[in-house]
Amino acid sequence: MSKFGKSFAAIFVAASALAPAAQAATLKFAYQGPLTQLDPYSLNETFTLSMLGNVYEGLIRRNEKLEIEPALAESWELVDPTRWRFHLRKGVKFQNGNDFTADDVVFSVDRLRGEGSDLTSRLPKDTKVEVVDAHTVDFVLSSPNPILPSEWETMFIMDKEWTEEHDAVKITSASDTTPNYASLHANGTGPFKVTMHEPGVQTTFEKFDGWWDTAKHNLDKVEFTPIGSDATRVAALLSGEMDMVYPVPVQDLKRIDGNGSTRVMTGPELRTIFLGMDQTRDELLYSSVKGKNPFKDVRVRKAFYQAIDIDGISQKIMRGMSTPSALMISPLLFSRSGEFHRYPYDPKAAKALLEDAGYPDGFSIGMDCPNDRYVNDDAICQAVASMLARINVKVNLNAQPKAKYFARILYSGGYDTSFYMLGWTPPSFDSWNILADLEACRDDQGNGGAFNIGGYCNPKVDELAKQILVENDPKTRDDLIAQAFTLTHEDVSYIPLHQQSLAWGVSDKLTLAQRADDQFLFRFVTKN
Amino acid sequence: MLGFALRRFVQAVIVMLAVALIAFSMFRFVGDPVNQMVGMETSIEAREALRERLGLNDPLPLQFTRFVTNAAQFDFGTSYQFRQPVADLFAKRIPATLELSFTSALFALLAGIPMGIYAGLNRESWLSKLFLSVSLIGISLPTFFIGILLIFLFSVTLQWLPSFGRGDVVEIGSWWTTGFLTVSGLKALILPSITLGLYQMTLIMRLIRAEMLEVIRTDYIKFARARGLSNRAIYLRHALKNTLIPVITITGLQLGSIIAFATITETVFQWPGMGLLFLQAVQNVDIPVMAAYLILTAFLFVSINFIVDILYFLIDPRLRVKQA
Repeated sequence: MSKFGKSFAAIFVAASALAPAAQAATLKFAYQGPLTQLDPYSLNETFTLSMLGNVYEGLIRRNEKLEIEPALAESWELVDPTRWRFHLRKGVKFQNGNDFTADDVVFSVDRLRGEGSDLTSRLPKDTKVEVVDAHTVDFVLSSPNPILPSEWETMFIMDKEWTEEHDAVKITSASDTTPNYASLHANGTGPFKVTMHEPGVQTTFEKFDGWWDTAKHNLDKVEFTPIGSDATRVAALLSGEMDMVYPVPVQDLKRIDGNGSTRVMTGPELRTIFLGMDQTRDELLYSSVKGKNPFKDVRVRKAFYQAIDIDGISQKIMRGMSTPSALMISPLLFSRSGEFHRYPYDPKAAKALLEDAGYPDGFSIGMDCPNDRYVNDDAICQAVASMLARINVKVNLNAQPKAKYFARILYSGGYDTSFYMLGWTPPSFDSWNILADLEACRDDQGNGGAFNIGGYCNPKVDELAKQILVENDPKTRDDLIAQAFTLTHEDVSYIPLHQQSLAWGVSDKLTLAQRADDQFLFRFVTKN
Repeated sequence: MLGFALRRFVQAVIVMLAVALIAFSMFRFVGDPVNQMVGMETSIEAREALRERLGLNDPLPLQFTRFVTNAAQFDFGTSYQFRQPVADLFAKRIPATLELSFTSALFALLAGIPMGIYAGLNRESWLSKLFLSVSLIGISLPTFFIGILLIFLFSVTLQWLPSFGRGDVVEIGSWWTTGFLTVSGLKALILPSITLGLYQMTLIMRLIRAEMLEVIRTDYIKFARARGLSNRAIYLRHALKNTLIPVITITGLQLGSIIAFATITETVFQWPGMGLLFLQAVQNVDIPVMAAYLILTAFLFVSINFIVDILYFLIDPRLRVKQA
C-alpha cells in the first residue's frame, strides 16, 4: 500500500470511528398514524398527547411504572378536603426563554376549559383556580375529589405570554379558516422542542438544553414519520432505516424477533376489550326474539359469557398477545383485582342457562364490531360468533370501519346496537371512571353513563360510585370499589374479554421504557 | 370554433357539478366526522357543540350550496384532522405527487417502447417471451403487492434503496420541493416509480408490439425494404413513427390516471403526496380533504378531456365541416 493510500485509509478509519458517535443521538421512529397538530388541548388521544408530552409538561408526571411524580409542581397538599395547594417548581423556563409562573397555570387551565377544547374532562367544571403567590396555586373544588391530579400528566401548561403574543388563545376549531399558531408551533417546558412540523409527513424534535430536570436520555434529535402501511413500517425497521416502530402487527412479531438486530417489546396495555349487550330496550333492535329482550335476563348474559373460550381467543387469534380479564379495568390499575376471576368457559353450563331462561333452541342476534380499531377486532368477533353458534345462538356479524361503527353505536347514533364490542382505558387510571362512564345508569339522552351503550343499570352500583368519588381514605375507597365490581360481575353487566398487548418493534441499539399506557416518551430512551 | 369551445365548457361545468353532488352525498355514508375529531371520553354536549360549529346540523341543500360556492373560489375549508386550510395542505403535497407521476410516466415510456419494439421484431426470441411474461405480472399483480415485494427485496434484503418517504428534498421557491436534486431523493424515487409505472409500461409495451406486428406487414414497409433501406431506418424511422400515434393518445390519457390514482403506491411507500393525504382523510372522515381531492381529480380529467376535444377540433377538419 502506498504512503498516500495508508494515510487515506487512516483518515477513513478515523472518520468511520467518529461517525457513529455523532449519529447515535438521532432517534428515528414511525407510528401508524400522523401527528395531526400541536395544540395540546384540541385532541384527547393517546398518541397526540404522548408526542406533545415530550414538549409540554403538566404539574405532575408519571414514571416508567406510571407512578405519579412531581413535575412542574414540586409538591402539593390538601389544605382542606376541597382545597388542593400546588407549590410550583422555581427556575423553570419555557423553550422561548420565558419564566414559568402561577399565571401560566391559571391561563392554561382557562384555555383548557374554553371553547373547542377536547380536554375539559381533566378537572371538574366548577373548579376555581386561585393564585396564592407567583409559585403557589390553589384548586378549589365544590366536592372532595381524592384523585384530582391523576389525569394531569397530560394537562399541559402553556406559556401565557407566548400564546397571547401569537394570538392563539382561542383553540382552532375545524370551522376556522386560518390555522392557529399553536396548532403548528409548540413552546413547552419539556425535554424536547419541535423544530419542524409538517402534518402527516414528518415532525422533528431537538433536545431542549434549558430543561429543568437532568436528562437521562442521550438524544440530540428525534425524527418522527407516520407510516400507515403495516408492511412498510415493519420493513423500515428491518432495513435499519428506523430505530423504533409501533404498533407491530401480531403476524410480524416472529420476523422482528428473529431478525438478529431488532426485537419486539411486549407488555399488557391498560385498555380492556369487552362485549356489551343492550339491556334497556324492551325489544332488541336486531334479534329473532320479538316482544321481549333476552339480555334483560342475567342468565342469558351469563350464558353468553360462559360460551366464550377466552383462552382459545388468546392463543389462536391474539397469538398469546393478550391477557384474559375478569374485570373491566386492567389489573395494573386496581390493587384488589386478584380477588376477581372469570366465569369459567363451559358451553354445557351455558346451554343449560339458556334453557332455564326459556331459549332451549337459542335465537339469532345481530352483533356490531369495528374492523380497524383494536388488535384483530373483527377476527375476535368472528370467533365469538362461532363459539355462540355452539349454544345455538346465531350471530349475524356486522363488522365496520371505526368511523362508521362509532357513529352508530354511540349516543350520536342513538345507541343503535344490540350486541357490540368496545375497548376502554380509564383516562384517570382509576376505577371510578369505569363506574361513572360504563356502569352508571343512563337515560335515552345519554345523561349518566354516557358510554354505557347497553344501558346496564343497578342503583346500588351508582350509590357506591357516589361514595367512591368523595372518599379520601385509600383503603376504604378500594373496599367500596371491590364491592361495586362484585355487583357488576354478578350482574354480568358486560363480558370482559382481555387486555391486548402492546407491541413495539425496537432496534437493538435502543434501550427504552415501555409504559403500559402506550405513551412513547423520548426521555426514557438511550441509543448506543 | 368559439361556439364549440363554449358548449364543451358548459358540459365540463355540468360534469363538475355532478361530481360535486355525488361526492357530497357520498360523505353521508362514510361515518361521523365528529367521532374522529374528539377523544373517546368527550362528553355528549361537547360533541353536539362541535357538530353545530361545523354546520353539520344545517339542512343538506344549504350545506351543498355552501360547499359549491366555496369550492368555486378554491376555498375547500379547514381539514378536520390537521386544522389547516385544505388548499395549503394540497399545495404542499402536489410537488411530491407530480414528481412521482412524471418519473413513472418516463419510466413507462423509456422501458416500454424499446421492449415493445424488440418484442414486435423478434417474436420468437426468448427475451421477447420473458418481456411478455413480465408484462403479464405487471398487468395481473395488484400494485400494493408489487410495492411490498420490491420493498422486501431492495430495502430489507439487499438494503439498497429506502422503503418509505421522499428522502431529502430541496425547496425551490416557496411553493415547490424537489427530490431530483439529492442522492437520497433520487434513490427514494426508484421503487415507487417502478411500482406506479409498471402497469403503464406493460400497456405501452404490448401496444407497441401489437402495432409493430401490424405495421411491418403493410405494403409501405415492403416497399421500403425493396428500396434497399437499412433495417434500422425501416424500423425506427418508418414503422415506429406510425405505431406511436395510439401510444401518444394512451400516454396522455394514462398520465391523468397516474396522477389521480397514485393513492395506493403513495400509501405503500408512505410517499407524502395527495393520494396519501386522501387515504388518511378517508380513514378519519376528513370530509373537506376528501371533497377537495375528488373535485381536484375531476377537474384534472375534465380539463384533459376539454383540451383533447379542442385539439381534435383543430386537427380533424371533418368536425369543422359538421359544425357548418
